[in-house]
Amino acid sequence: MSNYYTDVPELKYHLNNPMMERICELKERGYRDKEEFDYAPQDYPDAMDSYDKVLEITGEITADVIAANAEGVDEEGPHCANGRVEYASGTKENLDTMVKAGLNGMTMPRRFGGLNFPITPYTMCAEIVAAADAGFGNIWSLQDCIETLYEFGNEDQHSRFIPRICAGETMSMDLTEPDAGSDLQSVMLKATYDEENNCWRLNGVKRFITNGDADLHLVLARSEEGTHDGRGLSMFIYDKRDGGVNVRRIENKLGIHGSPTCELVYKNAKAELCGERKLGLIKYVMALMNGARLGIAAQSVGLSQAAYNEALAYAKERKQFGKAIIEFPAVYDMLASIKAKLDAGRALLYQTARYVDIYKALDDIARERKLTPEERKEQKMYAKLADSFTPLAKGMNSEYANQNAYDCIQVHGGSGFMMEYACQRIYRDARITSIYEGTTQLQTVAAIRYVTNGAYASTLHEYELIPCSPEMEGLMERVKEMTRKFEACTNAVKAAQNQELQDFVARRLMEMAAVNVMSHLLIQDATRAPELFAKSAHVYVNYAEAEVEKHFNFIRKFEADELADYRK
Amino acid sequence: MSLRIIVLAKQVPDTRNVGKDAMKEDGTINRAALPAIFNPEDLNALEQALRLKDTHPGSTVTLLTMGPGRAAEIIREGLYRGADGGYLLTDRAFAGADTLATSYALATAVRKIGAYDVIIGGRQAIDGDTAQVGPQVAEKLGLAQITYAEEILNVDEAQKKITVKRHIDGGVETVEGPLPIVITVNGSAAPCRPRNAKLVQKYKRALGQQERPAEVPYAELYEKRPYLNIQEWSVKDVDGDTAQCGLSGSPTKVKAIQNIVFQAKESKTLTGSDADVENLIVELLANHTIG
Repeated sequence: MSNYYTDVPELKYHLNNPMMERICELKERGYRDKEEFDYAPQDYPDAMDSYDKVLEITGEITADVIAANAEGVDEEGPHCANGRVEYASGTKENLDTMVKAGLNGMTMPRRFGGLNFPITPYTMCAEIVAAADAGFGNIWSLQDCIETLYEFGNEDQHSRFIPRICAGETMSMDLTEPDAGSDLQSVMLKATYDEENNCWRLNGVKRFITNGDADLHLVLARSEEGTHDGRGLSMFIYDKRDGGVNVRRIENKLGIHGSPTCELVYKNAKAELCGERKLGLIKYVMALMNGARLGIAAQSVGLSQAAYNEALAYAKERKQFGKAIIEFPAVYDMLASIKAKLDAGRALLYQTARYVDIYKALDDIARERKLTPEERKEQKMYAKLADSFTPLAKGMNSEYANQNAYDCIQVHGGSGFMMEYACQRIYRDARITSIYEGTTQLQTVAAIRYVTNGAYASTLHEYELIPCSPEMEGLMERVKEMTRKFEACTNAVKAAQNQELQDFVARRLMEMAAVNVMSHLLIQDATRAPELFAKSAHVYVNYAEAEVEKHFNFIRKFEADELADYRK
Repeated sequence: MSLRIIVLAKQVPDTRNVGKDAMKEDGTINRAALPAIFNPEDLNALEQALRLKDTHPGSTVTLLTMGPGRAAEIIREGLYRGADGGYLLTDRAFAGADTLATSYALATAVRKIGAYDVIIGGRQAIDGDTAQVGPQVAEKLGLAQITYAEEILNVDEAQKKITVKRHIDGGVETVEGPLPIVITVNGSAAPCRPRNAKLVQKYKRALGQQERPAEVPYAELYEKRPYLNIQEWSVKDVDGDTAQCGLSGSPTKVKAIQNIVFQAKESKTLTGSDADVENLIVELLANHTIG
């Protein structure tokens, strides 16, 4: 590919979503920066033109530099020496190029040196980068940790740290410990206040820390002695310039080789509190994780796009029985399925990103002035939508990336099993997406409350009211019926009043909600741009309907006493 | 002291990815089929200029290009990467120039710009492949020149000297020259930095006069921000002699253009035997393919 942005017209379609006008208006505060900053937009069309141009730069760098380096980075990987991480040579070049292109601190306000981009175009950049090298995608897109520092840090911290991230310094989020993975309430890294030097000191070990030798770390640590749960945890900023944290080792992983996964040892490391004590896990890490989950959803979509590109190219080129294998139904079925899941997952990703954009922009305005009652209502509505959509976007896209990578190898046949083809790297890289930043099982835990409280159902009913093209009406009727089955299952599970049963079928309920949402989004997309999405809408609804039917049958026939058959 | 750097750059048809329709029936280049791009080695030169600016704060990088109105794109591409400004030499009288007339026009424009320490350009353009323009500009301005440069190692501003690593057959050599100087850069030099997101947003509306439509969007910006008006110079603007410009200033005359298609006319099968290999060597020596 010559440009990872312009070669995928679906991206520009999603950028041009009508909701962007409201997002830009809020993010740009009525375009007030235009007098002060020569690179600020004059108005909405100007802002959109700038996003488009910056995406084009990202697409070009991704093709010319990041994609070209991907194989070398995968082979070489980072190294650990004297407590520090040395990136692979290709990774250094990637990072240097992105910094020179000014693609850091993209969402930060201009007064700190940022581009003040909404989350949506930034997420598109993250998708594009991940399509070429998912491992490098981590290092680059961890810049979005700065959102959390911006949201919860004080003015002094803003002015000291944000410009450094905008200038290209990297970040990490230090959460996981040997005994605190999914259960972050068990974090033990100790934070003690050093009265003499008027600062906090961190002692302990963190594990599985992506880009753990970053310039700036956000660290979850136990500041309240004697506590054992999430309420004793606070969030700290550790600046590598102060020293005190060493990398003990980097993990040898199945995939994302370019991204160093570190074990960190904190020895009396100087740190400062971010936000208030005791809110580390319950407020700040939740915000941090929501941002990171959107990032993994973007990474997953990028991997799905890469899987599709590789599979399509191979299927057109490879000839068997006298014709290209793409002409065989068994092969084009796989390709259509990859494309449909890719289009559906991407629609969900950017719908989520737009919801996040509106509520976050309003949150930020609320730091300057009191919101009007209408704005408060808007903020609340989109915050709720963002919270309910984020686990779907992360959970489903990461699973789709894995399925698509699997099918991509299958299309390649025996060649796909050989290390010479890119599909094996995509397959290995995709595997982590459904694990880190909360496994799919934990995304289900986050999503299930929106199943049981009717939030998804009510969004689905609202989507039913959005007019669709005559060509899509047949699909719309089928999706309405699918939603009816989803609600019937939900009601049956709720009526059973059995928590274990609900937990057991939660994944199925979450998937039913998700495929229905994605079906609607594709119908909307195919209404606006049939040339891009009509085929995928049909293919995806066929798939989604079968999925709904499968779960409907399972849940309807399942009896609570059968749980005993599953228990060990 | 800061440096005043002029980058000579050319917009060229992209001859690197030539398709079947690259040439017209009459043997001339089908420009419509080939996108216009920044000459690759001029980008290497721009990078060297920008690095000088990075290491010598306060330095200025000015692009100079000659071409039709649409060549203002070259100036914009330079601005997107960190150049400070540029001039587009554009006039019907400049059209049809060979290397002599081109170097005359560029040298005249450089004199018009006035102050300069380093004039730097690519070794050659991918459309003509002559590598003559840079050296000719140096001659016309009476300046020293360093060709095939790979990297500018140092500029001693006090001594007015520049140290450059240049590409030679089978290796590199390091040479020193006096300022001001003309340098032409080889494609083996560092690639140019990418376009910068902020600079693209700042300069995306920069236009040459010829490109500017009557109803230009955001018209008021062009008064408030003078850098959005890309300076165009005619022969008269640079006090040039029309007789030495363009076609009339070009002694090179194209007699004919042939469309060459490389193809194997006959094939020969060789075994790996010593006799066959020896015969092949003798044959290749005889027809001067090798040796």
